[in-house]
Amino acid sequence: MPGLHFSASVAAAAALASMLSAPSSMAQDRPLPSAAISPASTTVLAREQNADQQVLHALNRLGFGPRPGDQARVRAMGVDAWIDAQLQPERIADAPGDALAASYPALALPLPVLLERYPPPQVLRRDQQRNATTGPVDSLAMAAQLRRARVGIVQLGGELQSMRVARAVVSERQLQEVMVDFWENHFNIYANKGPYMRHWLVGYDRDVIRPHALGHFRELLGAVAHSPAMLFYLDNVQSIADRSRAAGPRDSVRRRGLNENYARELLELHTLGVDGGYSQQDVIEVARALTGWTVAPVQQGGGFLFRRAAHDAGAKIVLGHHLPAGRGEADGEAVLDILARHPATARFISTKLVRRLVSDSAPASLVERASATFLRTDGDIREVVRTIVTSPEFFSASAYRAKVKSPFETVVSALRAMGASADPTPRTAQIIARLGQPIFGHLAPDGYPETGDSWINSGAILGRINFGLAVAGGTVPGVSISNWPESATLATASRETQVDGVVRALLGGDASSDTRALLVAGENPLAASLAAGAAGSTDDMVASTATAPGATRTMPARRRPDRRANPLDRGAAPLTGLDLIVGLALGSPEFQRR
Amino acid sequence: MNRRIFVRSGALALVTLGLDPTFLRRTAFAAELKRAGNGRVLIVLFQRGAADALNVIVPHGDADYYRLRPGIGIAPPARSAGAEGALDLDGFFGLHPALAPLEPLYRRGLLAPIHAVGSPSATRSHFDAQDYMETGTPDRKSTPDGWLNRYLAIRGTCEECSPPDRSSGPGAHDGRSPFRAVALAEQTPRILEGPAQSVAMSSLDDFVIRSTGSDAATRLEALYRSGSADLVHGAGSELFDAMKLLREANPQRYQPSVGAEYPRSPFGQRLRQIAQLVKADVGMEVAFADVGGWDTHVNQGGATGQLAARLRDFASAIAALVTDLDDRMADVTIVTMSEFGRMARENGTRGTDHGHAGSMFVIGGNVDGGKVHGRWPGLAPDRLHEGRDLALTTDFRAVFGELVTRHLGAQHPELVFPGYTGGQREWLGVVRS
Repeated sequence: MPGLHFSASVAAAAALASMLSAPSSMAQDRPLPSAAISPASTTVLAREQNADQQVLHALNRLGFGPRPGDQARVRAMGVDAWIDAQLQPERIADAPGDALAASYPALALPLPVLLERYPPPQVLRRDQQRNATTGPVDSLAMAAQLRRARVGIVQLGGELQSMRVARAVVSERQLQEVMVDFWENHFNIYANKGPYMRHWLVGYDRDVIRPHALGHFRELLGAVAHSPAMLFYLDNVQSIADRSRAAGPRDSVRRRGLNENYARELLELHTLGVDGGYSQQDVIEVARALTGWTVAPVQQGGGFLFRRAAHDAGAKIVLGHHLPAGRGEADGEAVLDILARHPATARFISTKLVRRLVSDSAPASLVERASATFLRTDGDIREVVRTIVTSPEFFSASAYRAKVKSPFETVVSALRAMGASADPTPRTAQIIARLGQPIFGHLAPDGYPETGDSWINSGAILGRINFGLAVAGGTVPGVSISNWPESATLATASRETQVDGVVRALLGGDASSDTRALLVAGENPLAASLAAGAAGSTDDMVASTATAPGATRTMPARRRPDRRANPLDRGAAPLTGLDLIVGLALGSPEFQRR
Repeated sequence: MNRRIFVRSGALALVTLGLDPTFLRRTAFAAELKRAGNGRVLIVLFQRGAADALNVIVPHGDADYYRLRPGIGIAPPARSAGAEGALDLDGFFGLHPALAPLEPLYRRGLLAPIHAVGSPSATRSHFDAQDYMETGTPDRKSTPDGWLNRYLAIRGTCEECSPPDRSSGPGAHDGRSPFRAVALAEQTPRILEGPAQSVAMSSLDDFVIRSTGSDAATRLEALYRSGSADLVHGAGSELFDAMKLLREANPQRYQPSVGAEYPRSPFGQRLRQIAQLVKADVGMEVAFADVGGWDTHVNQGGATGQLAARLRDFASAIAALVTDLDDRMADVTIVTMSEFGRMARENGTRGTDHGHAGSMFVIGGNVDGGKVHGRWPGLAPDRLHEGRDLALTTDFRAVFGELVTRHLGAQHPELVFPGYTGGQREWLGVVRS
C-alpha cells in the first residue's frame, strides 16, 4: 500500500491511554495517543495510522468522504471528538440536511395521501377498463389520467432515490447516512415489486430505518417486520395458516397457505445468518408464528394489519423456545425477541458492520468484541459501532484505504470532494444506477454484495472513469469546477501546484509517483495534434474517442432520447488544464478506494 | 489491423509523459487472450412479461385449444388460410403466423421448439418467476448468483480448461477474454450475477471512454496498468484489453452478412451487436439480451394485433441473427425463454392472465431441430394445471442443463443447478452431442 507512514514506536509509547478516556486534543503531526484495551485479552494495541490518516479514514468510513475543509475541521476538533459526535446524530445541527425537505415534498406525505395522490398506472388502467364495461367513457381523459399517473409514479420513485443521494452528499450527520445505507441494504427491498412498493418505501426509509439506524436492533427489526414494504416484498401478506378459515373458496385457485419466504430470510439474511444454527423446522415454526402479519387493503389505508383469521393459533417451538397456543400477534413479537438477542445474530450483524466499516476481511478479533458489545447492550447499534470505529483494527495500517467504493460511495464521495450542491433531479441517482447499483433496485433480498470483488469489473471501471470525466466536463448536476472552492487558488497556479492541490483534495494526498507524473505531464502533443486532425485517425488510443474531430468514421447509431439525460452517455467537451487533472484524478485507481 | 501503429504512438505518448512504457509489452499479449472454452457460444434471450406460449406454438391439432380460445385462437393451417392460419410444423403444432421468419429455420432442422416447459414453481408473480428462471433455483429466493454465472465460475475451476496465465502482468485475469460473458443490457441481469466476470453494456458504442479530443484515455490506461496488482488495477487492465479487442473488431464499420436484415427495434439492434461480437472473435462464450412487452392481459390480438407485433419483431431479429452468423451457427446455440406461460382460457378482455408452463426455442447448428420437443399434456379440463393453465412436462433445468453440458462442455451440471434432482435422464435431446 503506497503512501503509508508508520510511526510504530511513537504509537506504542502513546498506547497507554484508554479508549474510554475523553477525546484529547493533540499536537498535529503525531499519531493520536489513543489506544484500546481488548476485553478478551489484555493486549494493548496502538493506532497504526498517523494523525492525518486517522482524520481521512474516519471521514471515509463514518461518512462519504471529505468535503472541502472537512479534514481541517475534524483535525481541529480532534478525530475522537468527531467520531463521538457522529455517534449522536440527533445532537448535530444539520441545516443543509433539513433544507432538503423542500425539494422532496412527496416524501413527507402520510401513506393514505401518497396512495391517493399517486395512483399506480396499472391499477388505474384496470379500473378504467372495468368502468368502460359499465358505461360511456371519455377515452382522451382516460389517456391523460393514465399519463399523469405514469409521470407521478416515476416522480415518486425519483424522489425516493435522489433524496438518499442528496442527504448523503450534504448532511452533517454522515454516520447516520452511512448507517441508513447499510440497513437499507441489509433489509433490502426492491422498488418494482408490486404497484404500491414505492408508496410503502417512503415510510420504510423515513419511519422504519432512519429513526432506528443507530438505535436498538430489536426495535429496528420490529419496525421492519411491521412494515408493509417488507411484508409484501417477502410475501408474508400471502402467508396464512394451513387450513385456516381465511383459506376460503376464492383462495383455493391461488393455492394459498403457509408461505415461508419472510420467515426464511428473517433467519438467514436479517438475523442469524445462513450458518446461524436453525433448521428447516425452525423456518416453518417462524412462518407459522408470523401468519396474520399482513397489510391492510389500500382502501383501508394500506398499513400494517394483524389478521387473526389468517393466524395459526397452535403452539410452536422456535429455536428451542416454546410458544404457547392462542397468543395471536404476540407470537411474532416473541420470535423477534428470540432472534434479536441470539448470539448468532450478534455475530452476524457485527461481522457485516465490521466488513462495512473496517475491511472486507473483517478481523475476527474485532468481530468478537463487537459481538460482545451487542450482547452486553441488548443490541445497542450505537455502542456496537462505537466499539468498531474506536478500535485499533479500525485505525490499523491494513484497514487504511482498504475498501473499494461502492457505486453509491463513488458518486457521493466525488460530489462531496467537489463541494457539490444537492441535485434535486433524479439524474445523479441515475448515474449510480448506471454504475450498477440502483437505489432500491436490487431484486433479491440479500442486498448488494458487501465486498468490492463482487462489484468491480472492467465495465464498472469504465463507468467510473466516464463518471470522473463527466464531473470534470461539467455535465453532472450540482458540480462545476469553477465553483469548486479549491479552484480559486488552483486555476491560475502552475501545473505542479494544480496536481498537488488535486491529489490533496481528491486523493487524500495519496498518489503514487507514477500517478503524479501522469497528472503533471503537459498536454500530450500527439493527442493534441490528432485532435486537430493533423496526424490521421488511425491511432487506436484516440480512436476510442469515437467522435474525435477529424476522425473519419461513421457516427454511432442514434440513441434513444431518454438515455441522453444520463451524463455517462454523453461526450464532453475536450478537457484541458485543471479540468483534465480533476477528471483523471476522479477516474484514477486511487479514487476508487476509501 | 493497426496494432503496430498503436504500439508506436502509444509508446510515444508515454515517453512524452515521462513514463516507463513496459506495460506495452503486456498489452501486446492482450490480443492473444485465450479463446473461450471450446469455441462454442450460447446466446440467451429472455422474453420478460410471460409470453403466451399457446399462441406462440399453436396446438392446432388439439380441439380443446379452440374451445378455450374462441376469440384469440390462431386458426389452423389451411392451404388457403394465407396469413391468418398457423404455420404448420408437424400436423399438430404450428407457429404463430408472425413467426414466419423462423419457419425456414425449422425446415432446415436448425430450430427446435419445446412445449410445456418452464419452472416447477407455482408462482404467478413475474418478479419471482423471472428470478427463479435466472437463478435456476425455483422457489429459492436467496440464491446469490445466476445460473449462467455459475456455469462460468464452475467451468473456471476446471484446471485443464483454464491454464493459469500470468503473462499479462499486474492484475492479470485468468487468460480469459474480458468479453467471455456479455449482457446487452444497462445492468448486469440476475442470470449473470455472481463471482465470474461479465460485462453489461446497452450498446457497443457505450464501451468507450468519453474523452473527446484529449489524451485522457491514454493517461488513464497508464494509471491502471502501472501501480499495484490489486483488484482495481486488475479490472482496469482488463477494461483496456477489452476496449482494444473491441476497437480491433471495429464495431462502427460492421456490415451484417448479405440478407441479414435486423429490425430497427432495440431488440433487433442488440442481436446485431451480439452477432458483431461473435464474428469479431473477442472470446465471447455467453451472451444475453432481453425484450419486454409480453404481458398481454388485454386485447392481445390473434393472427394480427399486439402479440403478433411483438412476435414479428422477435422472429425477424432472430432470423437476421442466424442469417448474419451464417456458418458460425455451427458453434452457436440460441435459447429463448419467458418466466411462465399464460392461462389456457382467454379472459374477458380478449387477453390472457398469468399461467404456468410455457415454451422455448432452441436454435443452432448442433440442435436436433425440425421437430417439436417435449411431452404435450393436453388441454382437457383434467389435464390443466390447477384447472386453468398448461401443465408442465419439462423442467427448464433439463433444457439449461443439457445446453451447458452438451453444447458448452460443462462437466458438472449438477453444480450449476443445485437442488435439481432430475439430472441427465430428463434431458430432451435438443442438442446433438
